[in-house]
Amino acid sequence: MTEHIVVVGHGMVSHRFVSTLGSRYADADVAVTVIGEEPDPAYDRVGLSAYVGAWERDALHLDDARHSGDPRVTVRSGRLVTAIDTAARRVELDSGEYVDYDTLVLATGSRAFVPPVPGHDLPGCHVYRTLDDLDAIRAAAERAGAGAHGVVVGGGLLGIEAANALSLLGLVPHVVERNDRLMPVQVDGRGGALLCDLIRDRGIDVHLSVTDTVIEESAAGEADAAGGDGAAAAGGGDASASGDAGLRVALTSDDGETDVVDAALVVFSVGVRPRDELARAAGIAVAERGGVLTDRACRTSDPHVYAIGECAAIEGTCYGLVGPGYTSAEVAAGQITGDAGTEFTGADLATKLKLMGVDVASFGDAHGRTPDCLEVVVDDPVARTYNKLVLSDDALTLLGGVFVGDAGPYQLLKPLLGRTLPSSNPLSLITPGAAADSGVGVDALPDDAQICSCNAVSKGDLREAICGGACDVPALKACTRAGTSCGSCLPLMRQVLEAEGVEQSTALCEHFDQSRSELYEIVTVTGIRTFSGLIGRFGRGIGCDICKPTVASILASTSSDHVLDGEQAALQDTNDHFLANIQKNGTYSVVPRMPGGEVTAEQLIVIGEIARAHDLYVKVTGGQRIDMFGARVEELPAIWRRLVDAGMESGHAYGKSLRTVKSCVGTSWCRYGQQDSVAMAVLLETRYRGLRAPHKIKMAVSGCARECAEARGKDVGVIATENGWNLYVGGNGGATPRHAQLLAGDLTDDQLIRYIDRTVMFYVRTAERLQRMAPWLEALEGGLDHLREVVCDDSLGLAAELEERMEAHVAGYVDEWAAVLDDPDKLARFVSFVNAPEAPDPTVQFEQRDGRKVPVLLGSPAMPVRS
Amino acid sequence: MTATLSRPARAGAAPEIAVCAVDRLIAGRGVAALLPDGRQVAVYKLDDGEVHAVCNIDPVARAAVMSRGLVGDRAGVPAVISPIGKQAYALEDGRGLDDPSRGISVFPTRVAEDGTVYVATEPAVRHARATAA
Repeated sequence: MTEHIVVVGHGMVSHRFVSTLGSRYADADVAVTVIGEEPDPAYDRVGLSAYVGAWERDALHLDDARHSGDPRVTVRSGRLVTAIDTAARRVELDSGEYVDYDTLVLATGSRAFVPPVPGHDLPGCHVYRTLDDLDAIRAAAERAGAGAHGVVVGGGLLGIEAANALSLLGLVPHVVERNDRLMPVQVDGRGGALLCDLIRDRGIDVHLSVTDTVIEESAAGEADAAGGDGAAAAGGGDASASGDAGLRVALTSDDGETDVVDAALVVFSVGVRPRDELARAAGIAVAERGGVLTDRACRTSDPHVYAIGECAAIEGTCYGLVGPGYTSAEVAAGQITGDAGTEFTGADLATKLKLMGVDVASFGDAHGRTPDCLEVVVDDPVARTYNKLVLSDDALTLLGGVFVGDAGPYQLLKPLLGRTLPSSNPLSLITPGAAADSGVGVDALPDDAQICSCNAVSKGDLREAICGGACDVPALKACTRAGTSCGSCLPLMRQVLEAEGVEQSTALCEHFDQSRSELYEIVTVTGIRTFSGLIGRFGRGIGCDICKPTVASILASTSSDHVLDGEQAALQDTNDHFLANIQKNGTYSVVPRMPGGEVTAEQLIVIGEIARAHDLYVKVTGGQRIDMFGARVEELPAIWRRLVDAGMESGHAYGKSLRTVKSCVGTSWCRYGQQDSVAMAVLLETRYRGLRAPHKIKMAVSGCARECAEARGKDVGVIATENGWNLYVGGNGGATPRHAQLLAGDLTDDQLIRYIDRTVMFYVRTAERLQRMAPWLEALEGGLDHLREVVCDDSLGLAAELEERMEAHVAGYVDEWAAVLDDPDKLARFVSFVNAPEAPDPTVQFEQRDGRKVPVLLGSPAMPVRS
Repeated sequence: MTATLSRPARAGAAPEIAVCAVDRLIAGRGVAALLPDGRQVAVYKLDDGEVHAVCNIDPVARAAVMSRGLVGDRAGVPAVISPIGKQAYALEDGRGLDDPSRGISVFPTRVAEDGTVYVATEPAVRHARATAA
């Protein structure tokens, strides 16, 4: 008989529970109803902060969040369970419906804890827990405007993330912590002091040892008047009604000093409390300090009810991390389907954070509370790193560690927790730069060492998968789930692959062992300007359709030689060789450039006349241009002569190069436009036209947030704001659509162009073959944060060089078609047959289908076939 | 392998036509040439000066485009790569290097002492599933 399982709550743990039923217990005769309170199905709450800037809810949804692949599962989002009737075995919903169950699984998670400080319930006070919370914070921040102050109460991991979010929203963030250091749970005193310095360096105001917080309302702009008389003067309700209320936050530290911050908003992130109210009301046992009490099999006091994740107090302990939550989900799924062997055996509470470029990690007994333990510390105030290992009294067993500033050693040391250290000199393990020689490598890890703690995947699991044929990181992810949650174990996964002898080849093709980015560096360093020179010295054979066009692209993006000059002509893919797009019957389509989509009436008439004269099929492209199809090779020069005469140039619709810069009409015509998007689009398109890149580049400029140019679907998107331009990078359409993410906001024209110069050149220089900007950004170590450091903060000292290269490109640009028309040698290549230059190719034929001209292929019924 | 190779006897060799001067060819690229009966061939010069010719019709795409494909090597075997579907064919014998069941006809070539490139009007190698030249 089908067992009906009702799951209350649809978060990450609930999702894991149902997925486990789907994967490991696919044959179990169950029907599952999942009831989620939030309007969204399960999403990556651990990655919540990634929502800031992108504001893309779908991007955070977990794979198959609605479990549509499992017909046994029904997901109901936006529904609240209001009561459990354990006797009747049914739950009541806020809609008044009842849902019966055989087995109930509570996965209600936890709620943000709001401390009862005075004023905690004023408008303007927020928590940092759900997508809706972040939307509310964003709306408040936008009302307040850039430069307003925001206070985050709580200096733990989430508090620092919240402060970063406020910073991204243009606010000046303050972090308030009761302890004398940030992240007090994970980090010790000296590490905490360094962490505080590093965070302050990033523009976040940190208030430590704050014992008393008072929040009051104050009308914006009247803060001074209200402040004079203290609390009594500030209580008026008018300000909040107008929506312009500000908050006055008084922070008193344990030495009696009081800081006052006039803030637009306050965010509480002091911790969470398990949501056990449903269980309490139903008479199910709860733990002393809250949480639904369960045994190690995740069973509650009611035999038909399980509790998993953050709402559960497993043998009395609540774990506020996703790793233990996932474990409990898998335990419950096993228990319910009769696989009673699984039990909860403990949790990995290790933490790693990288925020705004600050590395923090801790694991095990970070505070050295084990009796007689030893601490080995490397505290380097110059390098600004703090590393600590906690060892057993005989200095043999690793008990814990703390890393601030550079969490490099953490990856390899954490799996050794509770084990004998591989080196008799523990100091060598945490001395910066020495890790490579210290004997700690992935080789030193035993098979049961956990590599991915989010998904409890051990080194042995990975090795087994590798033996089973998983030979790269994506394959390992697919078959073990390692690396699919927080992703911090990805470098270690690569090392396991290497240690198992699976070479992670970046070789371009059989002719070059180097990757595209390495070849790019070789070309720039050696100055080699020919393919034969390059393959002779660094490769083998005569090349192929992979390396030739790649080298052609590198040569083109490092100089302004014509793509058909000399030996380069032989390297070009067919489109680049004929400066047009080959279509299925061997004819070409021609796309003249229309910067920003602008075109004159004269030019339109010329395009029309050409199309009529050559009988071309005409279509407006997806990028605001006009495409003429069906031109024979020998017709191309005549077509281009007329286009060039009409002042039009090559649109590069063919190359791996800048395609279009789409635009809306901006301030010149639109009543909503905030900036002149057309002028900016024309400027950008003119600047980057002809630039060869690892893949095509598309850009767009929108004149306001209505985004009529769909800029966030482009590799580079620009959206006007009141104050200038927001720059987005890494979007694209195609098979894996992506929204571009905010790189920098409120830029001047000049800043915008410099940042695009740097971003695009950095991409051209470091991306792999046929890698578009979005996957490049994903593969970039450090991701968007790293790119921002390189582009906006010049962290690699490359900015000037990148700009110079772009300037050289801009200065050297020549219209490729005009240059061909001026060169009889090149022109002679545009013939149908070398021995009959004027004879049209007899195999090129067209027919009219539904009034549209379409190619007829050789061998189709309409064509006689010779034998 | 379903391709059947047949090499017609070279006695009374097939008639040939002059295509162009060898200097007209760019090393590593091809040109198309029209045969007297309306069929067409793709003629390539390799970096070492050797000249090859194959049927100009792409056996997969069925368009006359092979002359516009890139020339390179696969594991040392000189090959031309279709500009449409990127399938590779050995220049020596026309066999498909990606899909052995599909090949391309190969035409004998000769560079005369005055530098003129000649191509035979009948292929030396035919493949069963190759499109007619």
